[in-house]
Amino acid sequence: MYIGKVIGRVVATIKDPGLASQRLLIVQPLTPQLLPTGKQIVCTDSLGVGSGQLVYWTRGKESSFPFLPTEVPTDSTIVGIVDRLNLC
Amino acid sequence: MLIARVIGDATATIKHPSHEGQKLLLVQPVQLDLSTPRGDAVIAVDAVDAGPGDLVLLAIEGYCAMTAVGRPDSPIDAAVIGVIDRVDLV
Repeated sequence: MYIGKVIGRVVATIKDPGLASQRLLIVQPLTPQLLPTGKQIVCTDSLGVGSGQLVYWTRGKESSFPFLPTEVPTDSTIVGIVDRLNLC
Repeated sequence: MLIARVIGDATATIKHPSHEGQKLLLVQPVQLDLSTPRGDAVIAVDAVDAGPGDLVLLAIEGYCAMTAVGRPDSPIDAAVIGVIDRVDLV
């Protein structure tokens, strides 16, 4: 899983029926020091997170599992809201 | 699988139910010198009770990670599946 921050959302009217009623959020991947790293990506949202929140997200086929038994064609999904990162 | 160093942990109250009761470790993949970072740090579910500073074996594929933590069909794409004692290069 990867750390990220929600920085926006995508609205799409015409899309795969499996994506119907899914929220599409733009996520900026972050380092553990919370600095931006890499390019922003679009994630589906399995929790109902808000703008600006620190989250963690999965990549790949596993990203569709929170929505089972509905098969959602997604390759990245937000699966947790990070309260705190402890660096040692 | 990758060699990685445990650099911390993450706390999350709101998360997918399959992550409840699992320890979320912050791990930094490293190169074979065991110190130079290799790509970005990731959050991985702990399957072996690793601790801060440990050198670990990191699985970054879904099926492998899910199997290691015994939670099939859950959104887990990274897991710590071993604590490395030693790396020998020939």
